Amino acid sequence: MNTKAEEFQERQLTVAGWPVNLTSYRLGGEWHCKADNVSPGASLVRTTGATRQEAEDKAVTRAEALLARTKRHVI
Amino acid sequence: MAGYTHSEVLVSTEWVANHLTDPNVRIVEVDVDTKAYSEGHVPGAIAWAWNTQLCDTVRRDILSKSKMEELLSSSGVSPNTTLIIYGDNNNWFAAWAVWQAKLYGHHDVRLMNGGRKKWLSEGRDLSTDTPQPPRTQYQASDADLSLRAYLPQVQEASINRSASLVDVRSPQEFTGEILAPPGLPETCQRGGHVPGARNVPWSKACNDDGTFKSADELRAIYSSESIDGSKPVIAYCRIGERSSHTWFVLKYLLGFDNVTNYDGSWTEWGNLVGADLERGPVPKGTK
Repeated sequence: MNTKAEEFQERQLTVAGWPVNLTSYRLGGEWHCKADNVSPGASLVRTTGATRQEAEDKAVTRAEALLARTKRHVI
Repeated sequence: MAGYTHSEVLVSTEWVANHLTDPNVRIVEVDVDTKAYSEGHVPGAIAWAWNTQLCDTVRRDILSKSKMEELLSSSGVSPNTTLIIYGDNNNWFAAWAVWQAKLYGHHDVRLMNGGRKKWLSEGRDLSTDTPQPPRTQYQASDADLSLRAYLPQVQEASINRSASLVDVRSPQEFTGEILAPPGLPETCQRGGHVPGARNVPWSKACNDDGTFKSADELRAIYSSESIDGSKPVIAYCRIGERSSHTWFVLKYLLGFDNVTNYDGSWTEWGNLVGADLERGPVPKGTK
C-alpha cells in the first residue's frame, strides 16, 4: 500500500525539565507522533491517534514518564 | 554537493526518488526506532534492525565477516550494487550500517542526505510492502581495521595525545552530568569523558532538515575544537552509532585521511576498572 506523510510538523517543548522534539504527521486517516530528546536526539516514543492532538498527548505522557527517571549528577 | 571531498557517498532524496526501480540500487532503512519502517518506508526499501542484524547479539561486537556476507546476500546485494542507506534521527544507525559496510569492503555505499525525516517532510511516497530481494552470494573483504579503534588505541591517544579524540555525545553526557541520553537506561558506572577528548556533539553537523551542513561550515565547527585532520582522529559516543555519523562526516565529507570509530565508546571506557576520566567542560583556551 502506498501513502505519504501529510501535514508534517515539528515543534519543541520542555517535558520533565528536558527539551523534547515532537514530530507529527498524518498517514491516511491516522496521526503519528514521535518524541525525541533533542540532544542527543534519541527516539523516546512513537504513538498514533485519531487527531494530531491525541497522538501528541500520548507521546508527551509517555516521554514524561521516561524523562522523569533521568538522574542529574553533580559534577 | 556542498563542497564535500567525497560527495559520491551522499545522495539526495530526489536522487533516490528517481532510482526507486533501478535494478542496480538496493535501498535499506536502518532506524533507531525499529518500528518506524513498518509505518511506511521508501518504496522498495528493505529494513535492517541495528539491534539484531547489525551487531553480534552474543559477543559485544560488530558483525563478523560471515554474518555480514549473510546479511548482504539475503538483502540481494552484490559487490556492484549501489547500496543506499537511510534512517531516522538524521541517519544515526544508517551511518552505523555504512561504517560496517565500508569496513567489510563494499565499495559503493551511500547515505541518503536528510534520512527518513527529510523523505517524510517532503511528502514523498511511502510503502508498507516488504520486498523480498533475490538472494546473492556475497563475498566480503576481511575487516578493514583502519576504520575502527579499539581500547588500546584510545588509551594511547589519551595518554600521548597521538590522536584527536572527539566525543560526539551531548554536553551533559560529556561533562558527566548524565550517564545516558535523557530517558534512556544508564549503561555505565561513571560519567565524564576520556581524558583529552573534545566535545563536538554529532548533531552540530546537521541542518534542521536533517541534511549535512556544507563542508565550510563543518570545517569551521570541527577546527574550532582543534579537529582539523592534522593528526589521526578517533570518534566515540556511548555505543558507537552517533560516532559513526561523525566518522562519516570527517572521513568522507571533510576527507580526513585517518579517522576511526571507537565503537566500544563510553559504555566501555565508563565501565573500565582503573581508568582515568575527566568531568566538566574542557577549559577554554585548551588546545
